[in-house]
Amino acid sequence: MPVVAFTPALERFLKAPPVTVEGATIGAALAAVFAARPALRGYVLDDQGALRRHVVVYVNSLPVKDRTRLTDPVGPRDRIYVLQALTGG
Amino acid sequence: MADRLHVGTRKGLFELARRSGGWEVDAVHFLGEPVTAVLAAEGALHAALDLGHFGAKLWRREAGGNWRELAAPAFPPKPADASDDPHPWTLGKIWALEKGGVPGRLWAGTMPGGLFRSDDGGESWTLIEALWRMPERRKWLGVAGGEQPGINSVLIDPRDPDDIRIGVSTAGVWASRDGGASWRIINRGMRAEYMPPELSEEPIAQDVHRLARCAAHPDILWCQHHNGVFRSEDGGTNWREVTAIRPAKFGFAVAAHPRDPETAWFVPAVKDERRIPVDGKVVVARTRDGGRSFEVLRHGLPQHHAYDLVWRHALDVDGSGERLAFGSTSGGLWISENGGDSWRMPEARLPPIAAVRFAEAG
Repeated sequence: MPVVAFTPALERFLKAPPVTVEGATIGAALAAVFAARPALRGYVLDDQGALRRHVVVYVNSLPVKDRTRLTDPVGPRDRIYVLQALTGG
Repeated sequence: MADRLHVGTRKGLFELARRSGGWEVDAVHFLGEPVTAVLAAEGALHAALDLGHFGAKLWRREAGGNWRELAAPAFPPKPADASDDPHPWTLGKIWALEKGGVPGRLWAGTMPGGLFRSDDGGESWTLIEALWRMPERRKWLGVAGGEQPGINSVLIDPRDPDDIRIGVSTAGVWASRDGGASWRIINRGMRAEYMPPELSEEPIAQDVHRLARCAAHPDILWCQHHNGVFRSEDGGTNWREVTAIRPAKFGFAVAAHPRDPETAWFVPAVKDERRIPVDGKVVVARTRDGGRSFEVLRHGLPQHHAYDLVWRHALDVDGSGERLAFGSTSGGLWISENGGDSWRMPEARLPPIAAVRFAEAG
């Protein structure tokens, strides 16, 4: 099962430890995280469920392509990193 | 008089208290985070944050002193027929926070132009759909330097909590008399120098930087507009330009005296291309005769190479009408105890200031 890890910058506001979840896509994996930690969702996704403009998500070493519908596939050995984009300053 | 002052800055929320020796910073909250709006209501303190990466957030400090994050206002899923909406259906910034006139009710004006209501002290928020889904809303223009329109002012009539006025950058003044179920644009008499002559008097073209209302005479409204100051004596329907404003007619902030309908304060600046105090001198303009004349108040304010600009929500007057405070983009903060005749700066050099607000008195 993939592991989702969050930028430590979030620790100013809420707990976001790495977590192992079920999910075959970015969207499914994140949804599994948010089901357990609903307050985290608004920090990562905008009101329409897309990645926030200044949040970037990597699967291992590659940034996700579909930032709107979050359909990029993930495998059971993948690591998903949710990070601050440098575009955010 | 209010003895506490809340100052929302680019780098945190600063809470000042008035002591025997003057005003001093008493507490700092959210240090390092941008604070866009602050509101004390019913014993609690609300702070809106604009986190660069993680979006706009809303926190509340309970009477007991603990901060807790509340659900921020959120837009509903964008329907397919809204694909040509020029504005995003996602919260950009909480720009105005106001009490609603009944227990538990709060209003939030936001970018990109959504108005939200809470009936449980900010725990949950409802988008005012009638305003957001109005076809005219798509004609609202973005605030200078940004792509999103913003509701900068929310005025609730103290005689009727269902009677609402909002000021929008850029879309004039809108009103609802039924708690938000229906809306119409009401402003007449403003003029926009930045539009073609044929459109200069269009109500929707008016860049209302900020509205203020005399609490004891709710039909008296003041507007700092992009190219002038305007006054209404009928609750915002008809406006008369106040041409006596000096030393400049541009500015963002306005404060209305809570009881005297003839008194208001402004912080003028050189008009929009430059946005600096006239001659590098920070001054406050005060009228006490309904705008027929103005005094330029400068005692205690920097008068030499000062380039402080004062944003929309960064000037406030307390319930006494004597105590005022304003804060600047350069982090200057000045407080007056005598209606603006003289000003003092607390012992602090703050980050750029977005919002200045006295706590509730008592």
